[in-house]
Formats: sequence, C-alpha cells, structure tokens
Amino acid sequence: MKLVVNGVEHTLDVDGETPLLWVIRDRLRLTGTKYGCGEALCGACTVHLDGHAVRSCVTPVARAEGRRVTTIEGLSPDGTHPLQLAWERHGVPQCGYCQAGQLMNAAALLDEVGAPTEEQVDRAMAGNLCRCGTYLRIRAAILDAGKGR
Amino acid sequence: MTTRRAFLLGLAASGLLAVATPSGAWAAPADFVPHAWIRVSADGTVALTCHRSEMGQGVRSSLPALLAYELGADPARIEVVQADGDPAYGDQDTDGSRSVRTQQDLMRRLGAVGRIVLERVGARRLGVPVAAVTSRDHAVWHEPSGRGVPFGDLATEAAAEPLPDRVTLRADPPASGWDLPLVDAHAQVTGAARYVADIVLEGQCTAVIVRPPVLGSSVVSFDDTEARAVPGVVDVIELPAPSGPPGFQPLGGVAVVAEDTWTAKRAAERLRVTWSQSPHDGASWTQDLAAMREAVARPGTARRTRGDAEGALGSAAKRLDATYVVPHLAHAALEPPCAVARRTEDGCEVWASTQTPQAARSMVAEVLGLDEAKVTVHVPFLGAAFGRKSKPDFAVEAALLADRVRRPVRVQWLREDAMRQGYVHACSVQRLEAGLDGDGRLVAWRHRIASPTIASTFGDAHELRDSELGQGIGDQPLEVPALSVETHPVQERLRIGWMRSVYNINHAFAIQSFLDELAHARDTTLPDLLKEVYGPPRRYTPEEAGAEIWNYGASLDEHPIDVGRYHRVIDRVRALSRWDEPAPEGRARGFAVHRSFLTYVAVVVELSRGTRGGPRLERAWVVADPGRIVNRDRVRAQLEGAVVFGATVALHGRLTLEDGRVREGNFHDYRLLRMNEAPRSIDVELITEGEPHGGVGEPGVPPVAPAIANAWFALTGERVRELPLT
Repeated sequence: MKLVVNGVEHTLDVDGETPLLWVIRDRLRLTGTKYGCGEALCGACTVHLDGHAVRSCVTPVARAEGRRVTTIEGLSPDGTHPLQLAWERHGVPQCGYCQAGQLMNAAALLDEVGAPTEEQVDRAMAGNLCRCGTYLRIRAAILDAGKGR
Repeated sequence: MTTRRAFLLGLAASGLLAVATPSGAWAAPADFVPHAWIRVSADGTVALTCHRSEMGQGVRSSLPALLAYELGADPARIEVVQADGDPAYGDQDTDGSRSVRTQQDLMRRLGAVGRIVLERVGARRLGVPVAAVTSRDHAVWHEPSGRGVPFGDLATEAAAEPLPDRVTLRADPPASGWDLPLVDAHAQVTGAARYVADIVLEGQCTAVIVRPPVLGSSVVSFDDTEARAVPGVVDVIELPAPSGPPGFQPLGGVAVVAEDTWTAKRAAERLRVTWSQSPHDGASWTQDLAAMREAVARPGTARRTRGDAEGALGSAAKRLDATYVVPHLAHAALEPPCAVARRTEDGCEVWASTQTPQAARSMVAEVLGLDEAKVTVHVPFLGAAFGRKSKPDFAVEAALLADRVRRPVRVQWLREDAMRQGYVHACSVQRLEAGLDGDGRLVAWRHRIASPTIASTFGDAHELRDSELGQGIGDQPLEVPALSVETHPVQERLRIGWMRSVYNINHAFAIQSFLDELAHARDTTLPDLLKEVYGPPRRYTPEEAGAEIWNYGASLDEHPIDVGRYHRVIDRVRALSRWDEPAPEGRARGFAVHRSFLTYVAVVVELSRGTRGGPRLERAWVVADPGRIVNRDRVRAQLEGAVVFGATVALHGRLTLEDGRVREGNFHDYRLLRMNEAPRSIDVELITEGEPHGGVGEPGVPPVAPAIANAWFALTGERVRELPLT
C-alpha cells in the first residue's frame, strides 16, 4: 500500500485493518503522535486526513490510502505554525504528552472556521483530554492564534 | 587541595554524593566539570543536570535555574541534561511535592562551586583581584572596566583548578521566584520530545501483557495457540507471580512479544489464561462500601483523643452527623506506564517513565541477578505520572522480557491495563460528628475513618498510619475542647498507592464539606467559621494538638503549622472572588481551605446548572501560600491544573469493583474533565513572603472537590456526601 505522510510517499506491506496510529509510530517511526486510549476517547493520536482531524487509533490504515496524512511533525516545517507559537507564548504544555493531539485538533479547527469563538473551541476540543489540566491555556492559545485570521 | 570527591562528600549535608557522570559523552578533556551537575565546554556550552523526573511540573526549568543563578549562567542559554538513576545524585525520588524544597540548597551550593572556580580563573585572566569580578550571563566580568571573559574561554583552565573548600552563596533569589523559559516547550509542540514509547532501538519488539484480573490470583495455565498463530508474534512468555506483598513487583501474567504494538495487542486478546483463585474473587465495591459505612457507625481504634468527645457530643445543645465517601481513584496519566529494556552482554539498559529511577535500577539488577553498576536506567519525559510511576514494576517487566527474548523489548501498558491493574488511590468512608453548645460554639468533634492504608501494598497492614492521618487530619488546627479521631481496619482489594495529594483528597473533602454543613447550621459562611474553629493566628503545636504532628517529615521549627497563614489565604481568596457579594443570577459559590505539603491553599468555585441539570464550573479562584518559589509561571500552571484535577475528583472519578475486578477500563467509563467542562477562568494569586519553600504540585488539589460540593449545596440545597457528584 502507498501512504503519503507529511508529503512523503511510503510503500508499505501492512494489513489494511491496522490502525493508522501504529503504522505512523511503529513503521514510519514518527513518534510525535501518541497512544492514549486506543478507542478514540482521548485525542492524543489526532492527525489530519486531507486536512480534517481524525483519531488515528481507530482509523484503519486502508482508509488513509490515497489521501494526505499530516502528523505533528508535518504541521509546520520549523515549529512556527501560529498555534505552536501561541502554545509556547502561553506556556501551555505541562507533561506535553497530549499536546500533539491538541495542536492537530486545533489546527483543523482554525483551518475550518478561521477565528473560532470560545464556544466553538470548547466544542471542537472536548474530545482531547489533558490530565495535567492545561485546558484554560489551550483555550487562550487557540483564541489568540485565531485572532490573526 | 581537597579532592573533588572528598569535597562533595563534605558538601552534601545528607551524606552520600560522589562525582556521578551522566551517560554519554558528558565531558571532553577541555571541559570544566566540577561535579555531575555542571559542564562548561570550551565552545561556551553550559550544560546543567536535572536529577529529578520531569512529569509536567517544570523541574527541568526550576532546579537548573537555581544552579544557573549561583553559577552566573543565563537560564535561557543552558542545555539541560537528564540524569540517569544513580545514588551518586542523592535522592532522585520525584514525589511528595518536594524537589525544590529539599534540593534547592544543594543546587545553589553546587552552582556556587562552579562560580568560585570560574571567577578565580577569570580574575587571573583579567588581571584583577578575584573580589573585583562577578559572573553573570555565561561570563566573568570586571564591572568597573566593562571587560569580561566568556565561560567557554575559561573552561580548560578551570578544569585544572582545585575546587574550593567552602562556598559562599549569593543573596537569596527573589521570594516570588523568576519567570523562566520553559526549556522543553518547543520540543513538546513539535512532536520532538521523547517519551519512553518513542525510544526505538535496533531489533526492538513490543510486549503486551495479560495480567491477573484479580489481585492475588496468578497463572494456572494458558493456551497460546491462537496467539502464536498471529503473524509477527515473536514469543509468548509467562512472567513469574509476585511473592509476598505486592510492593513494587510486577503482577506476573502472560506476555505476548511481537514485532509491533498492534500485533502484540491483537495476539494478547487471543490468549486463553486460567487464573488461580484469589481471596478477592467475590469482592464488590457495593459490599465493601456497606462494610465501611457499618464500621464508622461503631467506635474505632483511638488515634487522637482530647477531652471526652462521647460525653461532649451527648450533652451538646446541637449535634451534626454526616458520613462522606470518596471511591478508589485512578491516576489516569495520558501516557500509560511504559518501559524499554535492552539486555547487554553483562548488564541491562532501561528507559522508563519512572519517578524513582534508582528503585527501578535496584529492582532490575535484583531480578536479573546483576550488579547494580551494570544496570543503567534512563529517564525520558514522563507523560505525567501523579504517583503511579513511583512504582517501577513496568521497568522490571521490560527487563525480564528483554532477558528472555534477547532483543530489546518495549512493554506497553494499554489504557485498560493502566486503569484496572495500577496502584489506586485509597477509597475512604469518614463519619464526622460535631457538638455545638447553646451559643453555637464547637465543643465536640469526632472523626471516624475507614480507609485502606498504602502500607497494605508493602505488608500486612490494614489501618491508616499516622503519616496518612497526618495528611489533613492530625495537622488540622481545630480549637475544640473534646476531640476524638478513630480508625477502622479495612480489607484492601487492590494495590493501594500514592496519587497526587494522596489522603489529603479524602480528608479535605470530608472536613471542608462538614464544616460547610456546620456553617449553614450556624447561619454563617465557611470562611468565617473556619477562622473561628481554627482559632486566632498562632503556631499550632504538638502540645496543643496533644499528639505528634507528621508535617510531611519537615521540622515544625522551619515549617510550623501557622494559623495566621490559614487566615491570610482565607481572607485573600475571599477578597479575590468577591465572596461577600452575591453571585450572578443562577450561580452559587463554594469555599474550602487546606494545608498540605507545607503549603496553604484556599479555593472558591462558582457553579451554575449545566444544560443537563448537572454542575457547570463557571469560575475558580485560588490563593496559595507556598512560601518561597522558584518558577513563578509553573507554580501558577500547577495550581490551574490542580483545579482541573480536583474537578475530576469531584465530578467523575470512581473505580468500582465487581467479582474482585475493576469494572472501569477506559475514558468512557472513567471520565476525566474535558475542556467544555473546565471553568471559564481560574484566577490564581500567590503569597510568597519569604517563608521556606513548601510544596506546589499537590497542595492545590485537596480544596477543590469540597469547594465544588459546597457550591453545589449553595446552588441546589443538595448536600454532596458521596463522590463523584455526577
């Protein structure tokens, strides 16, 4: 199967039912995307499929064939996506484990609605858990990054 | 000239401090490496060691900043090196909210050692007396002439210098701390930060382990035919059952080792294991809860007695009696436990998301029969921990498997494993009784507790220890003439462990809820009642308490129980939240205060009814008095996070037992607070007036759940006596 991840084409011999998460992590060694629950309950594994946020832990890799997959490593070439800058400005991460998923989910939201309202942020981000409790800073950082749009 | 080793032995007041060398190419011959915490290279790089585990609390910013301050390094330009587990670093256990408190003096002394040598060499280079130079911004300066020499240019010469016999510290850093750069933020937002699961070694395979579903059971037999038939399975290995009390031992079970995670998981689902019987087979939360409720109806073991509580309750003009329940809770860090191990010719190399790298190292050495010196434990970032990762059982599992398959092995705990087979937060049933006299004064107080002890994980113990009662009960400055604290033994069903704030969560919930009930009965509000029952500003002493006060192992001279500091956080949060003005229409506020880990925290929470009728957090105000602090923004971040963590305790957290097994398995049935449930705002005010450093990571949590429960009562008239609320 052919898989395009962050603009790079990979040819893989893999069972199509394998979750995209494990292909990204175990085969492509792109480890920024995290395992948290395996059931689309926490959002730590969020990546983009043709620009839309999906939970890669429940997305069979076959469904990603022929589509653009973007992971945190591909969000920006040098870590300067407006959200990444806002995350640093607001001192968002604590342990950091969930933050790649938070960022990918937020990036899809900004692409979709431009400058989201607080309610839109809450609704869009409700599926991304953060046990350290960085929600208020995430919310502020997204609103901040959205302002420029 | 003092040898470096002898000097460092003399330096550490607590004793053992050799010259440890972090792994890899720590030092080139031209580098100035006075000890294991500082390396100044000829190219100008300043690398500082962090010997505590980073799990989101910001220790990789705060401890190196103290080294940098004394050294004269610019904290924005340092490289932070994470230490391996090695007794040479002294105490590396990252728990108890005490890394800054117990290590700050050592960090400053170690930094000063480096500064003294660099200033000596720098003065020589500048041709001025050493008293005329000062180090700052990675250089030694002669301020009058404006001339300076970068540290890098001094490194080679400094390396040949003797170390000082004594150090003089700089003026104390500001009591209110610094705004420090977040050293790892960029790596964290780009996906470059390495957690254990991100370590990839040549030939590495992945193991998923099926562990006994009931504590105390073990493998009788297993059928791995179907599991082995899954392509990519490397081996199926039975792990030894633990012997004696659980301690830090792995639970045993059957491991499926495969080429990748998905294969290991699918094959593990195809294992058929027969488990031995366990005394806990029939256990259920419903029955255990009923037994604990029944226990606190009766007198228990007297743990603290003042006057005649029974008599005073009997003759009181008014009596209140309420029982509070906190269930078992899960740490639920987003990163499940994970470890990678590689068996080498004569040793073992381990990467573990551990809060206790030295314990991991000792245990791995023990199970493999190796000399500890042949075991290396690396500590990548922890995807949070909250106490779960103080137990290195998962590192031992990886080492055992790497030893068997002779390939590097990553042990990946699945979410369900972490939820069902961890070391849970102790449940608690507490009955509180109070007697008031004709004027409404508190004259009698009885507190009966049924709660499993963490000591049960390590031995034959079933009743709370003094240090556990010391978390919010024995150290509470109640001014009441008749008092009785009693405990009951409890049959534990699970491995009981530390979870962020530990027993303070249970005790603060019961006491602050009950005092709120008392305040309503007295037609006053909780902040006023608290100041009355805690009494006037003073030091609450063991003499007044009539008992020893555990005080987190700290001296009461340095960290007294200062009732004035309770008053101060109560007053300040009252002002900050405009407590005395009515809440907006449709909302109500709740109050709570608690001292834990030597830090005082008062919280006000404002609630409304959500769309489904349940509680909706609107705002929270936190005033904390942790004494001196180092890393101002991280202290705020910890307190913000504590509100969210405490809100999960209040609204969602509960592990239940059925047939001896934990029922909950993932985030659908063990819910964590989500962003759309988080308050609109959390206002944090810090009081940092120069008292010695208290804890920061944990003390924010305990007052949150009672503040929420008290707000719910104010909003609805429904008293919350059993958590979670929803």
